[in-house]
Amino acid sequence: MNHSVEIKNLDLSFGAVTVLENLNLDIHKGEFLVLLGSSGCGKSTLLNCIAGLLEVSDGQIWIEGKNVTWEAPSDRGIGMVFQSYALYPQMTVKGNLSFGLKNAKVPKAEIEKRVQRAADVLQIQPLLDRKPGALSGGQRQRVAIGRALVRDVDVFLFDEPLSNLDAKLRADLRVELKRLHQQLENTMIYVTHDQIEAMTLADRIAIMKGGSIMQLGSPDEIYNRPQNLYVADFIGSPSMNFIEGEFDGTHFKAGDMNMEMIGYAYVGSLTPSARRATIGIRPEHVITGELAATAPQRFTATVDLVEPMGSDTLVYATLDGKMFRIRMDGQAKVKPGESLPIGIDPARASLFDTKTEQRL
Amino acid sequence: MASIDTDARSRAGRRPNRLFKNMNAKLASLPMMFTALVVFLGGTIWTITYSFTSSGLLPRLEWAGLEQYARLWSSRKWLVSIENLAIYGFLSLILTLVIAFILAALLDRKIRGEDTFRTIFLYPFALSFIVTGLVWQWILNPQFGVQDVVRDLGWTNFNFDPLNNPEIVLYGLLIAGLWQGTGLIMCIMLAGLRGIDEDIWKATRVDGIGTVKTYLVVIIPMMRPVFVTSLVLIGSGIVKLYDLVVAQTSGGPGISSEVPAKYVMTSMFGGQNLGQGFAASTMMMLSVIIILIPWAYLEFGGRKRG
Amino acid sequence: MADVGILATTKAAEQIAPRTLDGPSGPRPKRRFSRANIIVYGTLFIVAVYYALPLYVMIVTSLKGMPEIQMGNIFAPPIEVTFEPWVKAWSEACTGINCDGLSRGFWNSVNILIPSLIVSIAVASINGYALSMWKFKGSEVFFSILMIGAFIPYQVMLYPIVIMLREAGLYGSLSGLVLVHVAFGMPINTLLFRNYFAAIPEELFKAARVDGAGFWAIFFRIIMPMSLPIFVVALIIQVTGIWNDFLFGVTYISSPDRYPMTVQLNNIVNSVQGVKEYNVNMAATLLTGLVPLTIYFISGKLFVRGIAAGAVKG
Repeated sequence: MNHSVEIKNLDLSFGAVTVLENLNLDIHKGEFLVLLGSSGCGKSTLLNCIAGLLEVSDGQIWIEGKNVTWEAPSDRGIGMVFQSYALYPQMTVKGNLSFGLKNAKVPKAEIEKRVQRAADVLQIQPLLDRKPGALSGGQRQRVAIGRALVRDVDVFLFDEPLSNLDAKLRADLRVELKRLHQQLENTMIYVTHDQIEAMTLADRIAIMKGGSIMQLGSPDEIYNRPQNLYVADFIGSPSMNFIEGEFDGTHFKAGDMNMEMIGYAYVGSLTPSARRATIGIRPEHVITGELAATAPQRFTATVDLVEPMGSDTLVYATLDGKMFRIRMDGQAKVKPGESLPIGIDPARASLFDTKTEQRL
Repeated sequence: MASIDTDARSRAGRRPNRLFKNMNAKLASLPMMFTALVVFLGGTIWTITYSFTSSGLLPRLEWAGLEQYARLWSSRKWLVSIENLAIYGFLSLILTLVIAFILAALLDRKIRGEDTFRTIFLYPFALSFIVTGLVWQWILNPQFGVQDVVRDLGWTNFNFDPLNNPEIVLYGLLIAGLWQGTGLIMCIMLAGLRGIDEDIWKATRVDGIGTVKTYLVVIIPMMRPVFVTSLVLIGSGIVKLYDLVVAQTSGGPGISSEVPAKYVMTSMFGGQNLGQGFAASTMMMLSVIIILIPWAYLEFGGRKRG
Repeated sequence: MADVGILATTKAAEQIAPRTLDGPSGPRPKRRFSRANIIVYGTLFIVAVYYALPLYVMIVTSLKGMPEIQMGNIFAPPIEVTFEPWVKAWSEACTGINCDGLSRGFWNSVNILIPSLIVSIAVASINGYALSMWKFKGSEVFFSILMIGAFIPYQVMLYPIVIMLREAGLYGSLSGLVLVHVAFGMPINTLLFRNYFAAIPEELFKAARVDGAGFWAIFFRIIMPMSLPIFVVALIIQVTGIWNDFLFGVTYISSPDRYPMTVQLNNIVNSVQGVKEYNVNMAATLLTGLVPLTIYFISGKLFVRGIAAGAVKG
C-alpha cells in the first residue's frame, strides 16, 4: 500500500461556522505535500486536524494504514514543526529534543542515541546544552525540526516553519529542508502561504480556499494548467492577465481580439461548445521583441508604466482598453507611451468558463 | 488475522464519549465549579431568598414578604448608614480621582526620584484598613493629635476633632480612606498616562497647546477606559467600607458614622436579627449592580458596536 | 487588597501593567529651577509628607514612654527611646482574658496564611491553566460566575458560608477560614493566571501535546517553570490580602484564642477597659503592618505590577 496519510470526507465546524467541508486528500508515502493558500483558507486547520490538535466534526483520518481520527496527537506517529518554533524555553536543546521521548518512556540509551543522530543530521551538536533563548532564529528552527526528527515517525507536519525567519535565512533553510526530505524520505505535509516555498519544495501542491481544495497537482500542473480561475489568479507573481470574452468552439473573441486557439490542449481532449469564456495569459508568456512578429497571435499594446527589476522588467500596458502585464527581459528598453508589438501563444494560455470558473 | 485487524481499526475509529473528553481539566476545575456555583451563586440566591423571611436568631423559611425591607427602610440606623455612604462615596470618588490624576500627571513629568515618590504614595495600600483606621484615630486624637499640636503652636481656638464630632466624623474617615486608597488609583492613572503615545505630546506642542490644556482637552478624553476602571474600583471599594469604620470610629460617636456593611454585620452576628442582615446585604448587592450595569454596558456593549 | 484587585475589567492587564514602570511620557520640564518645576516638586513633596506622616507617627509614638506622650506632641521625635511598648505589645497586651500579647494573633495569622497561600495559589493557577488551555463546554460560564461573584459584596455570602462550614464541621476553625480565603481569593487569582497563561504561545502547548505530555505534565513541566513571575505576583496579592483581612477573621473564627492578628489588634486598641497606652497601641499597629510593609518594600515593582495587573486590566 502506498498511502501514508488519507483524509476521508473530513468536516470541521465550530458552531455554525464551517471551516473544512467534505475534504478528501490522499498523500503518498515519502511525498512532500504542500498545503498552500491565503490566510483563513483552512490549511493550518487541516494540519492541526491531522496532528490531532483539533477534533474533527466528521470523517476520518488514516495514517500509515491506521484510523487515527480519535487518537491523541502523540499516538499518531507524527512529528510537528511550528512557525514560532515552540521550543520549551526553560529546557536546554537536549531537553527539548528528549522531552517527547521521555514522555513515551523510551529507554535512556535509546534517547541519547536518537538525540545524537538528530543533532548530527541538523548540525546542532554544539548547541545541545544551550537554552533556546541563546539561539538565533535559524538555530531554533533547526532544533524544532530536530524535535520532530527524534520521534522516528513516518509523517512530518510543518506549520509555516519558515515564516518567522528573514528572507535570506528562509532561502537557506528551504534548501536544507529539501535536502532533508531527500535524505530521510519521510512523508512531509507542509503548510505555507508562500508560493515560492510551495513551488520549490513540493512534490504536489494542494491549493486551498474556504475550507476546500481548489486544485491538487504537481507544481508544474498548478502553474501551467490551473484548474480554475482562483488557482490561476493565486499562483504566479505578477499574476495572470485575464480577458473576458466569447468562445465559439475554435476562436476566443474579446473586443478587437480574435484569437484562434491553435495548439491549446482542452480538458478531456474534447473541444468544448460555445460559451462565455475568460482567457488567462501569464505576463512571462507574452512574447516580445523580434519573436513577437512570428508569434501565433499578434497584438499591439501601449506602454503605461515600466518597473525595471534587474533580472527582468515588468511592463504595465494597455491592450484593448484594459491593463495588461508583460514581463520582459531585464535589459529591455521601453518607455511609457510607446507602442509595443506583442505575441501570444494560445498553447500556453489558459481558458476558463466564465460562469463556472473551471478550465476548458 | 485480517478480521482481527479490522476489528482493532473500528475500535480505534470510534468517537470517544463526550463526557470523558478533557477529563483532567474538568476534574481539576471542580474547586472552581464548586466555588462559582455553590458558594457564590448558591450563597447569593440563599441570602436573597431568606431576606423575604422572618428569620431572627436562626434562618427560618417563614415567609414575611417585604417586611424585612420595610423595617430596614424605617430604621434610623440604616438611613444614617445610607446617607453616610452616599456622602462619603461622593466625596471619596471625586477626591480620589482628582488627587490621583494630579499626582500621576506630576509623576509623569520626567521628574527625579519618581520611584521614591511612588513608593511613598502607594505604601498605605499595602496596609490593613484596621491599621489605617487605628493610626488615624491616634493622629486625630483631640488630646494629643493634630488639634493639640496646632493649639500648641498658638492657635488656641483651633478645633478639629472629627472623631468626637458627629457633624464632621465622615471627614475623619475620608482623610484616612483617601490616604490608603489614592495610591492605587494613581498607579492605574500613571499606567494610563504611560500608555499614551509620546507623539501626542509632540503634536500638541507643534499646535501650541499649553500643558494644562493638553491634559484637559486631549489626555483625559483619551484615558476614558482608565477612568472608567478607576470609577468601578473606587465604587465597589466604597460599598464594602467596613474595617476602616470599625477600627477608626466603631460607628460613633453615637451612630453618626455607621455604614451599610456594618449594619449587616451587626444584624447578623451581633443583633441576632438575620432577616435584617439579609435584607440589608441584598440592598448592598443591588447598589453594586446599579453601579456595574452602566459600566458593563459601556465597556462591553460599546465594544461590540465598534 | 485582594478585594480591590478583584475588580478587574477584561482587557489585557499584562500590557498596561509594566507600562507603569516604563519611562515617563509627559512633557519634559525645560529648566531645573523653572517656576513650573518648583510647583511640581513642591506639590509632590508636600503630598509625600502627608503620606509618610502616619508611618512616622506610628514609629515615634511606639518608641516613647507614656509620660513623654502625655507631655509632648505626637510629631516630636522621642527624647528617650524605649522598646518597652514593643515588648509589651508583642507579649503582654490583653484581649479579654488572654494577656499574652499580639504574638498569639501573629502566629494565628501565620497558621492561616501558609495553608491559604498554598491552596489558593495551587487552585487558582490550575483554574487559570484549565481555562486558558483546556477549555471545555461550560468552563467560561463557571469563570463568568466567579468574576461576577467577585463584584458582589461579601456580606451577601457571609451567612450561607457559615452554614456550609458548620455542616462540614469547620465553623470557627482555622481550616474553615483557610477555605474562605481560598474561595474569595479565587476570582482575582484565577483571572491573573488565566490571562498570563493565555499569553503563552498556543504552539508551545501544541508542541507539548505532540510530544505526548498530558494535562498535568504540561502544567508542571512546561507552564509552571516559565511562569515564575506571575506566581510571585499572586503570592504578593495573597499574602497582603490574607494578612490584612479583618471581615472573614471576625466572622468565621468563633474563639478569641484563634483570632488573626488584625482582629486581635482591633480588640486590643479599641477595648474600653483600662488606661489607654498609646505607645503600646502604636507598636501593636506597626507590628501588624510589618508583614505587608516588608513584602511591599522588598517586592517593589512587582507589587505595582501585581496590583496593576489585578486592578487595571486595561
